[in-house]
Amino acid sequence: MPLLEIERLAVSFTRYRSRWGKEKVQVLHDVEFSVDAGEVVAVIGASGSGKSLLAHALLGILPENFSASGTIRYRGEPLDAERLKQMRGKEIALVPQSVRFLDPLMRVGAQVRLSVRGDDPYAAQREVFHRYGLAPETENMYPFQLSGGMARRVLVSTATVSGARVIIADEPTPGLQAEDVREALRHFREHADAGCAVLVITHDIESVLTIADRVVVLYAGTTVEIAPAADFTGDGSRLRHPYSRALWQALPQNGFTPIPGTQPQPGKWPSGCLFAPRCDQASPECTFSRPELRTVRAGQVRCIHAHSEDDERGISIDEAASDGI
Amino acid sequence: MKQRQMAFEAQNSGNPKKRSLRAIGLGFRRGNGPWLFREVTLEIRPGEIVGLTGPSGRGKTTLGRLLSGYDHPSEGKVLLGNEVISHTDDAGYHPVQMVFQHPERAVNPRWRLRRIVSEGWQPDASFLHMLGIETDWLDRWPNELSGGELQRICIARALGPETRFLIADEMTAMLDAITQAQIWHNVLHIVRERQIGVLVISHDVHLLHRLCDRMLNGLF
Repeated sequence: MPLLEIERLAVSFTRYRSRWGKEKVQVLHDVEFSVDAGEVVAVIGASGSGKSLLAHALLGILPENFSASGTIRYRGEPLDAERLKQMRGKEIALVPQSVRFLDPLMRVGAQVRLSVRGDDPYAAQREVFHRYGLAPETENMYPFQLSGGMARRVLVSTATVSGARVIIADEPTPGLQAEDVREALRHFREHADAGCAVLVITHDIESVLTIADRVVVLYAGTTVEIAPAADFTGDGSRLRHPYSRALWQALPQNGFTPIPGTQPQPGKWPSGCLFAPRCDQASPECTFSRPELRTVRAGQVRCIHAHSEDDERGISIDEAASDGI
Repeated sequence: MKQRQMAFEAQNSGNPKKRSLRAIGLGFRRGNGPWLFREVTLEIRPGEIVGLTGPSGRGKTTLGRLLSGYDHPSEGKVLLGNEVISHTDDAGYHPVQMVFQHPERAVNPRWRLRRIVSEGWQPDASFLHMLGIETDWLDRWPNELSGGELQRICIARALGPETRFLIADEMTAMLDAITQAQIWHNVLHIVRERQIGVLVISHDVHLLHRLCDRMLNGLF
């Protein structure tokens, strides 16, 4: 059973258009996926597709002018704002982007001890520092004294001692040297292997593929594809959505070939498929309505042209996805 | 050695478009603090694309800032041809321009993009088009563009006619692979045409492998 399920998640924010009027702009919509216990799911996608907002929505820490709708379930139980607040840091933990999320005036050992749920915070913190190769004196350091790699280990320690079953990591590896990236990701894999559900939000596709079981691809605020990590290989022909293939083929190690155009801005989304204006497979039907997420070859895709080898017509509507609307 | 030096000077004295960017014995520290690096010597020739990578915190960005005149070296000098440029920060358009990782921190949030992009020179519509910039962006504010769009504006701003070298410090690290490839294809086209030398600072070895003619190794 999935530990974390997200259904029809939508996030919008209110902004002032001029001195006189406000407008509501949708930034995430129809986001659907789940994370099982023991699984690492990567979320990748276009810059500005709402990846970080997704993490914040799942933790219930969106800024004040944002609002979310849809269903988030933990062990099958729907979470409302109140329940989310109770679970935060206990059942669901965030590993944030950088040390800037730590209190700059508090020693890092003390900050990690705050998250311990057991009887002996000191023992738990020292054990986790030892496990992650942090020297005993690290606990008395302030965040500014840590190197990038040490900071990552401290941030992961916080999630580890909390005993959370769902771990959400938001861009855990930017600016790190290759060795530190591998180490940081290995820690997430270990959490999953110990029975946690781990969600890693990143744009470092190549690195995250070494630990991920499945990959969620976001474009213009929605999930366009959910694929087994093994499908990201070769020329990308096993991927289901044209955007996922384009993203894969644009990597410097895979051809470095860009498709033209830009992702539509929130508030300026086209009426049909959001990728249609840039898609070389787009047909008139693509502009009629937003495609539903449906199952194709052990993955899911939001494209009417995707089909499995055995189903040339490509009309296998996914029952699970239309459940609980 | 002397002979080599003379040959170098002969090569560097003529056409300004043929002058190399050189750093000689560069060192940097804040106040009396520890040295971030010392004795850094390098040369980038016009039209050459050179890569620099390495662990965080060793001074890659600082080196870029010294080369482009944002900071003064604590020791050593930066030369364009035979002319010292590390002490001429207020003498107009700097021939070495730097583009940073976070475009939103490199522009004035209270200026419209038209003013931002023409801060150093007046790019025309065809140049903007070459970088994939739509003219209707120019009437907007920085917070109304995505990171990729804003980074294109910063690149356009840095590629004035007097730009001889470009320092790209993790220029596309925050962008998705498609936007990254789009931007680099455009930039490569322009720098090749105008024989601009480029220093690419990045953690992405695949990107460096794609872009660079050679790598600077063992600098720090």
